[in-house]
Amino acid sequence: MRILPLIIFSLVTVGLVVLFNTKLLIPAPLGKLLSPQHGVWQNAEHLESNFNINIKSPALKGKVTVYIDDRLVPHVFAENESDVFFVQGYLHAKFRLWQMELQTLSAAGRASEVVGKVAFNHDREFRRLGMVTAAEASLKEMESDPVTKSATDAYTAGVNHYISSLSESALPLEYKLLGYTPEKWSNLKTALFLKNMSENLAGGESDFEMTNAKSFFTPADFATLFPLQQDSLSPIIPVGTIYNKATVQLATPTDVDSLYYNNKDQVVTQEQKPDKDNGSNNWAVAGSRTVSGAPILCNDPHLGLNLPSLWFEMQLSTPTYNTYGVSFPGAPAVIIGYNDHCSWGVTNGGRDVRDYYEIRFKDESRKEYWYDSAWRKTEFKYEKFIVKDGATFIDTIAYTVFGPVMYDRSFSGGRANNNKNYAVRWKAHDPSNELKAFMLLNRAKNYSDYLGAVANMKCPGQNFVFAAKSGDIAMRTQGEWPAKWKGQGDFVMPGTDGRYLWQAMIPNDETPAQYNPARGYVSSANQYPADSSYPYYLGHGYTPYRGIIINKMLDTMTAITPAKMMAMQTSNYNVFGETTLPVFLKNIQAEKLQGEEVKFYDMVKTWDYMNDTSSVGATMFAIWWKNFDSCVFDDDYKKAPAIISRPYESSLVEGILKDSSYRFVDNIETPAKETLGDAVTQSFKSSVDEFKRLSAQGRLQWARYKSTTINHLLRLGVFSRRNLPIGGGLHCINATKTQHGPSWRMVVSLTSTTEAYGIFPGGQSGNPASRFYDNNINKWALGEYNQLWLMKREESGDKRIRWVVNFSKS
Amino acid sequence: MKFFISFLLLVALSVTACLFLPWWIIGLVAFIVAAIIPQRPIHSFLCSFLALFITWGGLAGYLSAANDHILAHKISVVIISRDSPFILILATMLIGGLVAGFGGLAGSYIHPRYREEEKIVFTADHETKVI
Repeated sequence: MRILPLIIFSLVTVGLVVLFNTKLLIPAPLGKLLSPQHGVWQNAEHLESNFNINIKSPALKGKVTVYIDDRLVPHVFAENESDVFFVQGYLHAKFRLWQMELQTLSAAGRASEVVGKVAFNHDREFRRLGMVTAAEASLKEMESDPVTKSATDAYTAGVNHYISSLSESALPLEYKLLGYTPEKWSNLKTALFLKNMSENLAGGESDFEMTNAKSFFTPADFATLFPLQQDSLSPIIPVGTIYNKATVQLATPTDVDSLYYNNKDQVVTQEQKPDKDNGSNNWAVAGSRTVSGAPILCNDPHLGLNLPSLWFEMQLSTPTYNTYGVSFPGAPAVIIGYNDHCSWGVTNGGRDVRDYYEIRFKDESRKEYWYDSAWRKTEFKYEKFIVKDGATFIDTIAYTVFGPVMYDRSFSGGRANNNKNYAVRWKAHDPSNELKAFMLLNRAKNYSDYLGAVANMKCPGQNFVFAAKSGDIAMRTQGEWPAKWKGQGDFVMPGTDGRYLWQAMIPNDETPAQYNPARGYVSSANQYPADSSYPYYLGHGYTPYRGIIINKMLDTMTAITPAKMMAMQTSNYNVFGETTLPVFLKNIQAEKLQGEEVKFYDMVKTWDYMNDTSSVGATMFAIWWKNFDSCVFDDDYKKAPAIISRPYESSLVEGILKDSSYRFVDNIETPAKETLGDAVTQSFKSSVDEFKRLSAQGRLQWARYKSTTINHLLRLGVFSRRNLPIGGGLHCINATKTQHGPSWRMVVSLTSTTEAYGIFPGGQSGNPASRFYDNNINKWALGEYNQLWLMKREESGDKRIRWVVNFSKS
Repeated sequence: MKFFISFLLLVALSVTACLFLPWWIIGLVAFIVAAIIPQRPIHSFLCSFLALFITWGGLAGYLSAANDHILAHKISVVIISRDSPFILILATMLIGGLVAGFGGLAGSYIHPRYREEEKIVFTADHETKVI
């Protein structure tokens, strides 16, 4: 034995192992990652991968057969009602485990445990918003209802069956790259997932920004900049509908002017916000309007576009129902889809259900706060944050009658120091069982089943469209909405006075709704639910344009077919451009343009209002509008607080349409009195440099300029898809923006054998190395659809079936 | 012959061990194989290096080809900032080869100095001289 070399080379070997097994010296544990039997090579899914497996579990009650088709869509046939959810959980986990877990960790304010301190602010924000408390309240409701209890239990068991079967080598790619392993699933995680959707869809408001706007501008200017009415409005429930008198009588606090409206407080709090364009389109046309004589239902929810996709397509069949559509990996049931009798879809209700109250604590200890002329005790919650590669942190969060104190001295969301305390009252804190709505819709047979199902939808409130083979069509702006006095919750409210609390909820039978209307269709696109004759206050912030174009098209369309509906759903017509460009062209001082300005002016002048991929007019108009908005408002906002609302696009357009001497067109920084023509001309001239630059880069065409991107949840470029050739955009029915747009498009014709089409921008598999990861994206960008197949049990010999998975009781 | 047997043993044992144990077991496998089958250190190193270089190359290459290199194209960008399945496979091969190679090298020193002459002596019935 030769001791010295033995020791030296043993140490070298151990050194190499340490080098390649840790991140001490190199950025990634390359040995672990590249070992062909452990690491990422194991995720290199075989092109002809075999998904045929047999699974046994004691949690199953009977047999379940899953037929997986050539698009990797599972068709689940269960003998028992709850078994279908075990299998759904198993399949969600099998194809999407990493995203399900990440999204629920993020919902619970625990993302920094796996991605480190980049997510720390997000985590604090979510814990302080009370996401976990809210999910626990929902969980209690879900578990006290036998239907949702057995479904979530079975779902959790299915997910955990998969997790237990995972070896190191079978872990999804992202776990390996980030170096962690999945936790066990729980019903709370399902509740958290759904709460995350509430945050996405019912978490939007602009109370701080509007408070500052109200404080900064004079009341008259404020009213001009932020009108509550929209002239162009085409509400969900049409103008002229007669509403009963409100049954809820609200008492507006008597000191509302001094304490609320005339309060000149300024706020520095910077919230994390869901995308304000989280919206959607849905409509249903009656059989009287279609070629087949059967209703057609259409839905395309607009959300942040990510990979792996938010949606997972599947069929769930039990002895009592067959349903098909898209599900959320993370929750049981089909969320948007159809069954043997009917179809349903959603758009976001978008009302303001999140309000802030300024709390006055007695002292630094925050143990007591002033409320209704007395000191009241605070309850504290201690939230522990375990930050990856960082120190553990404990946050002490004060809870008041309104809700948690989200922003205070220790946390202001942004960088500015905030010395005020704001408690949040959020509708999603209230107990509710939204899952039940979807579970009942999955088995709904008729209009009354639909009514019973959607009544469970309290938050996030959704506009539920419905169509049935019986011929019924319907729309409900469903949700449990707080009844607010006019202006309530538009700004931060005083937290010392119980009269500013929400006083009651609007009764469900006073929800704006439509059932088989004479016009032969129902529709919604995140616009105002109703016109001003509706007796409850609806707030602000609704977008009018998609609603206008949808209603305009449906008003005149005849002999409707699914093909026509698909063409409409992917329409790039820009009704905002149609409204605005003529005002620009009418007011521009064309004689002042010279040289290249004239050339570009001639190009934009002839724009056909289509946001098609190759349109240069669409790009030029978008830039012109952006600069016009700056030209009109930047001077007025120069001295404004950093956190402040800007007027909605519709407010500015309607302002200049109504009044060519709209007072904000004057630049207050110059002695001259600028006119609308000056602003339009100047903003065009200032756009020309950008036109030239884009033109030189070959990016003047709309799709190149807009550059739609679908990012992987970790923003890894190679797992993302960039620069997709797709048109549309904000205010088009095809609402595809840069990272946001139609996350699922569906057209369902309710003929005796349902004819349905759908597509989402992604693929069924969450594995970036699978050919099913992003295989639908090109088709989606082109506006094409997959034919959806609600399979019958006896079709198991169909050539589309590629794999069979058998589940049985062990 | 020893080289060839060691090589085969390394391939078989490392693939089997990696089914149940962490990847770095290949270093220990190479150490043990070199300790059991004495070779000159340089031969033990080369034998272990090549065995894992080729095994890991074969496995990674097969998996990657069956996947049409979708994974390798993407992961190579993440790990080495270059879109090159070839370099990713080569990196895999080198890591396997190096860890096993040095494991084998260390293992070979379990034995006393190994000389060709001794081998001749040994076969000429002078066993006592070996130790």
